[in-house]
Amino acid sequence: MYVAVKGGERAIDNAHAWLAEERRGDTSVAELSLAQIREQLKLAVNRVMAEGSLFDPDLAALAIKQSRGDLIEAIFLIRAYRTTLPRFGNSRPVETADMACDRRVSATFKDVPGGQVLGPTFDYTHRLLDFKLAAEGELPEAPTAPPRREPTPHVTSFLRDEDIIQTEPDSDATPRDITREPVAFPADRATRLQTLTRGDEGFILGMAYSTQRGYARNHAFVGELRIGTVAVEMEIPELGFAIEIGEIELTECETVNQFTGSKTEPPQFTRGYGLVFGQTERKAIAMALVDRALRWRELGEDNVGAAAQDEEFVLSHCDNIQATGFLEHIKLPHYVDFQSELELVRKLRREATAAQEAAE
Amino acid sequence: MSEYNFAYLDEQTKRMIRRAILKGLAIPGYQVPFASREMPMPYGWGTGGVQVSAAALTPDDTLKVIDQGADDTTNAVSIRKFFERTAGVATTEETERASIIQTRHRIPEAALREDQILVYQVPIPEPLRFLEPRETETRKMHSLEEYGLMHVKLYEDISQHGQIATSYAYPVKVEGRYVMDPSPIPKFDNPKLEMAAIQLFGAGREQRIYAVPPYTKVVSLDFEDYPFEATKADHACDLCAAADSYLDEVIMDDAGGRMFVCSDTDYCRSRRAAGHVGRLGSEAPLSTGPEAA
Amino acid sequence: MTASMTPDTTDIYSGGFADPAVASAHGFRAAMDVMARPGTWRSLTGARAPAGLSEAAATLLLTLCDPETGVYLAQDVDSAALRGWLTFHTGAPLVPATEADFAVGGWDALMPLDQFRIGCSQYPDRSATLVVELPERRAPNATLTGPGIKDSARLYLPDSAALQRNAMLYPLGVDLFFTSGADVAALPRSTQITQGG
Repeated sequence: MYVAVKGGERAIDNAHAWLAEERRGDTSVAELSLAQIREQLKLAVNRVMAEGSLFDPDLAALAIKQSRGDLIEAIFLIRAYRTTLPRFGNSRPVETADMACDRRVSATFKDVPGGQVLGPTFDYTHRLLDFKLAAEGELPEAPTAPPRREPTPHVTSFLRDEDIIQTEPDSDATPRDITREPVAFPADRATRLQTLTRGDEGFILGMAYSTQRGYARNHAFVGELRIGTVAVEMEIPELGFAIEIGEIELTECETVNQFTGSKTEPPQFTRGYGLVFGQTERKAIAMALVDRALRWRELGEDNVGAAAQDEEFVLSHCDNIQATGFLEHIKLPHYVDFQSELELVRKLRREATAAQEAAE
Repeated sequence: MSEYNFAYLDEQTKRMIRRAILKGLAIPGYQVPFASREMPMPYGWGTGGVQVSAAALTPDDTLKVIDQGADDTTNAVSIRKFFERTAGVATTEETERASIIQTRHRIPEAALREDQILVYQVPIPEPLRFLEPRETETRKMHSLEEYGLMHVKLYEDISQHGQIATSYAYPVKVEGRYVMDPSPIPKFDNPKLEMAAIQLFGAGREQRIYAVPPYTKVVSLDFEDYPFEATKADHACDLCAAADSYLDEVIMDDAGGRMFVCSDTDYCRSRRAAGHVGRLGSEAPLSTGPEAA
Repeated sequence: MTASMTPDTTDIYSGGFADPAVASAHGFRAAMDVMARPGTWRSLTGARAPAGLSEAAATLLLTLCDPETGVYLAQDVDSAALRGWLTFHTGAPLVPATEADFAVGGWDALMPLDQFRIGCSQYPDRSATLVVELPERRAPNATLTGPGIKDSARLYLPDSAALQRNAMLYPLGVDLFFTSGADVAALPRSTQITQGG
């Protein structure tokens, strides 16, 4: 006979053992190494790092392996791990103008200082299954060029020189940290950007897409998309200066948005911003569009009631770890509450039937 | 347990949670925001309750964990095991022996004592959430003590159904000030919210902690002509004959035969141990062994 | 206790918790217990600050303070030694009374009460917690009722009228711990106070 989800420890242990076996699959097939995942499933690794909020390709690879390729599960593993790590301090803001770019494109100018660099992109591949990959084979080496040494100025800096794009106020204030302080509404932009950068790629993509289709359209041009590595520096109080503690790969997207002016602002271009760990350009572009949509209030624009303009809606629902947890928890036992509903509905029906009979 | 701190959380996180608990106790029923951490179990599985328990536990405690009133439901087993492993605390299934009880969806039947703490797992801490989805709005309503919307909802129930059609997570007013969600306990449990023990509520995903100190006035919302009524299945327990406990309805066979048993497994066990026998005898064919899952 | 503390035998590096996780767990339970039951005294031990601060107050500070909480030291307890001790053991920044999350000192030195944060209507929790040092546990002079109290409780209060005004602000207001030697009691803003009784 069926008895709720009672049963305890042995059932749990057995389920875990079975899960481990399923994860490994057919043992006559060689086991995946973390290095293979890290090197050959790099975009999955990047997503896990970005949404897991922890830059560590090896741990991300481990999480992907452990989660059997379920990236949200992998992100969850990383989040749960990162929250136990001690904090030694804060880095200085990274300088993306000094990025060693692997890829850098601007949609707003034919050419720009620093050049258009396609880099390792899917953009112009024909989406034909490459059956050669099904067999193992050596790759022809890609051509190389000497790397650019000097900084690559941001495209928007040229617009700013002309004063035709909004100026972002400089601030040395320490931004809030959404992992240490609960988000309160209205949220400042730093809080919004932090939430978006670790938000679910699919959710942010859908929100951005909705703005393109007219739900708070904001006429975005990709002013610039750049992918590459930046140095991370940390101020060491004992030394009195900053030292470089490593490099991380980032994707940065700055959109240039048409803006005809509002009650409070003159006509000028405005911006949306996306910055995400790793090569994650779909996410970075989407983030920039959503960021721009959320800025309606500061720009004096109308709130047209679009979902992407609704800060509380976007920020409260974009985290896939929160979302998946709450969604999936409804499979846990709820029979106590259901029993309460059962009694209530029976009673309401009894009374309704009695009233009906009395009326007849 | 060496790779993690006592009770899993780092000390700074525990301090942050402890400060929130103290503010919660000072303002009964008010939801204190806290920077909930990712836990090694999913949101929705009791991360708020687990964080509150982790912040409250000492090595001297004896912990009991229940889900749906039962100690042997899988998630209760899993959480109990988590604390056995990370805090090394003693655990028990006996309400009487526990110093901290973490619960999902029930209040134990036995009256709790002054030296006990009841920690609730809370999915949606905001009692007004399903009437007004925006936090910015509900926060204003609480600040202005503007609870008209809730009364309108309850009143609409009455005009449509002839009674208040809320059977669990039934809203209460705490010490005459804050309207509070008592977590999804059946309304049968509401009268027990006034108790001698400290009650702590943790909502991890929603990042809220709230509290009800001992002997605090907790009133279920109602109307003079439609007073609150704590209800349960109109049966006695088929195993221990208790007529005063909340009952689970279990479908026993393909013909739809039913039995009713105490949802509070420890209450039922202790009654049977004391010699009470229900309609189906104390050795009813209710399997609670691991094979059943 | 004088305003200018002479260096004493306790240096700023000693007097911390022997086992921080366990000691602060016990410390918190005592703090929670008294906050949940206004008027009740509990023992609170484990930390020793430089002279001038009770063991209960020192333990409370180590239990609850860290770099995320601003601490105000009233003049009667403020000293280079205590500042150093607090910074070394908690990393808590020292702040003026008006910005304090926690304020420590004797009652008179902490006054006026209205200089402390009382929260705002949407966030009444954004308020100060006072740790009031009492030189000795004196006979109760006030009757308390409210949440956490079965019928009524009795407690010595340094200024019932001022604390009644604090309770009138409910749900805003400050919350107080009273420390004396190795003992602690508390008075949350929710408690109703009757003088004498």
